[in-house]
Amino acid sequence: MTANIQTLKAAERPPTAMSSKLEGESLEVSMGPQHPSTHGVFRMNVSLDGEIVTKLKPVFGYLHRNHEKIGENATYLSSMPYTDRLDYFCSMTNNWAYALSVEKLAGIEVPERAEYLRVILAELTRLQNHASLLGFLLSDMGAWGTPLMYAFREREKILDLFESLSGSRMMCDYMRFGGCRVDAGPEWLERARRIAEVFPKFLDEFEKLIVENEIVIARTQEVGKLSAELAISAGITGPMLRACGVNYDIRKVDGYGFYPRLKFRVPLGEHGDTYDRLMMRALEMRESVGILKQAFEQIQPGPIVNPKVKIRAFKPPVGEAYGRIEGPKGELGFYLISDGGPNPYRYRVRPPSFINLTVLEDLCLGHTVADVMVILGSIDIVMGEVDR
Amino acid sequence: MIGVGILKGMGVTARNFVGSYFEKDRLTTVQYPEERSPLPENYRNFPILIYDTDDPNAGLRCVACKICEKECPPQCIYIIKSEDKKPDYMGKPQFYPAVFDIDISVCMSCQICVEVCPFEAIKMDKDFELSKRERFDALLTRKGELSKSNEYYHRIHPIEAAEVDAKLAEAAAAAAAKKKAAAEAAAKAVGSTSAPGAAPAAQPQPTEST
Repeated sequence: MTANIQTLKAAERPPTAMSSKLEGESLEVSMGPQHPSTHGVFRMNVSLDGEIVTKLKPVFGYLHRNHEKIGENATYLSSMPYTDRLDYFCSMTNNWAYALSVEKLAGIEVPERAEYLRVILAELTRLQNHASLLGFLLSDMGAWGTPLMYAFREREKILDLFESLSGSRMMCDYMRFGGCRVDAGPEWLERARRIAEVFPKFLDEFEKLIVENEIVIARTQEVGKLSAELAISAGITGPMLRACGVNYDIRKVDGYGFYPRLKFRVPLGEHGDTYDRLMMRALEMRESVGILKQAFEQIQPGPIVNPKVKIRAFKPPVGEAYGRIEGPKGELGFYLISDGGPNPYRYRVRPPSFINLTVLEDLCLGHTVADVMVILGSIDIVMGEVDR
Repeated sequence: MIGVGILKGMGVTARNFVGSYFEKDRLTTVQYPEERSPLPENYRNFPILIYDTDDPNAGLRCVACKICEKECPPQCIYIIKSEDKKPDYMGKPQFYPAVFDIDISVCMSCQICVEVCPFEAIKMDKDFELSKRERFDALLTRKGELSKSNEYYHRIHPIEAAEVDAKLAEAAAAAAAKKKAAAEAAAKAVGSTSAPGAAPAAQPQPTEST
């Protein structure tokens, strides 16, 4: 019996593999959770054949904080500061997505000035998120420090704007159901307009660092290719999906907020590799600057919050709602079911980083360990949002 | 030609390096303990309780209504209501907090307590240098440490504090006008009907006027 199995195995094995290639054990490596390039506490169990990845199993949950269950036990307003802690780079867009779904649930209208402020803040968030992502990505590729510091210099200006408006740099907690919390004065708008105006200068400089750099090209082109079919069937959204050439931007598809009033183009990639994903961010930042310019021109004085919305004892009617926005990382949605009480019956977050992470194994197979870090960096994850 | 892209990148870093000696906008670092960047008006850190006049016990605006305790997302506020009442800034007898603790190791500086407070009693501090030598008791701020005068509030948030003062003065004026109107109405009612048993509280006033 045993002899029979042995002969079968020998027969299955192609003769060339026996003769031409040394066969060793595949090596199991646990990368993370404490690893400088995993963007937080992310772990991957990687099987290696030499230096080539043959299997990759993501392990997450190290930063799990029970966000959804807390949301079900807290009042609607109390969940707002918790959404800042999801994707701590983009607290403004998180606030907007949550406010949008509650506004849908309760049928609340938002004043015009508040909508413009939201667009301005969301685009500023996109600028600082993409800038710091490019810095981190170059850092992962071995350009330690310098590009990251250039990106953080620009990010700092935008965070200062957030601080002087909302009181906090990263945990803004700025938007409210039916509007925004504090009004932006004319000096603030002027400061923000100036920062948006000089931002393309930083982009020109940064693109000189990356676009033609041979090392960046060698490390990113044809690495981590994602096909449009796989991207669509895996539910990938955001710049990662558009890098595969799929024209899907929720700002255009849903037309939430005042985006239909603003003119902007959706940049599309062609190859779906890491280089396209990288360039997608640079192009999106240019479009964001254009949106900001229009928004600063169109914004008019007026009320910033709907006075009908009660701040204490807020109870939306029975029903359910799903509000989604195009966050810097992809489609960020909040699904709420209300039973008429002061807290939601069900509170669900659709995090873009988490769902974009699901294709990591498909992207990494056949590449080297060093490429895994670059591919992971180009997905743009924040563990606060992946683990929730 | 290979290497041109890298040289271009090097040019950018060289320009930044040299520029950091001459251009002001490339010098972004603030040497913190010696230099300080000014805090914006809206900056918030941890909650404080505001009191009027000079006495932190008598002038405390908080009436222990516990709304902030209920709305606080991480539940870091702990209040015990008093048994007796004391007059508030408008002279109305009100409860006051016998115990008011905020665990600032739990507080997440979200400002929701400030927004929901109907009495303008709880506001956000700007003090961020809060290192303590003990781990537990020092981070549990009690009523005494939380109480800050209205002048202090004016110092840290000048614009907001002026608005709050105007609002409170308006409310006080409205309440006083209402009281006066009620008293006059009562006086009128007593004077016109001259019913001997009606409105004993308003009794002295008609005698004064007649």
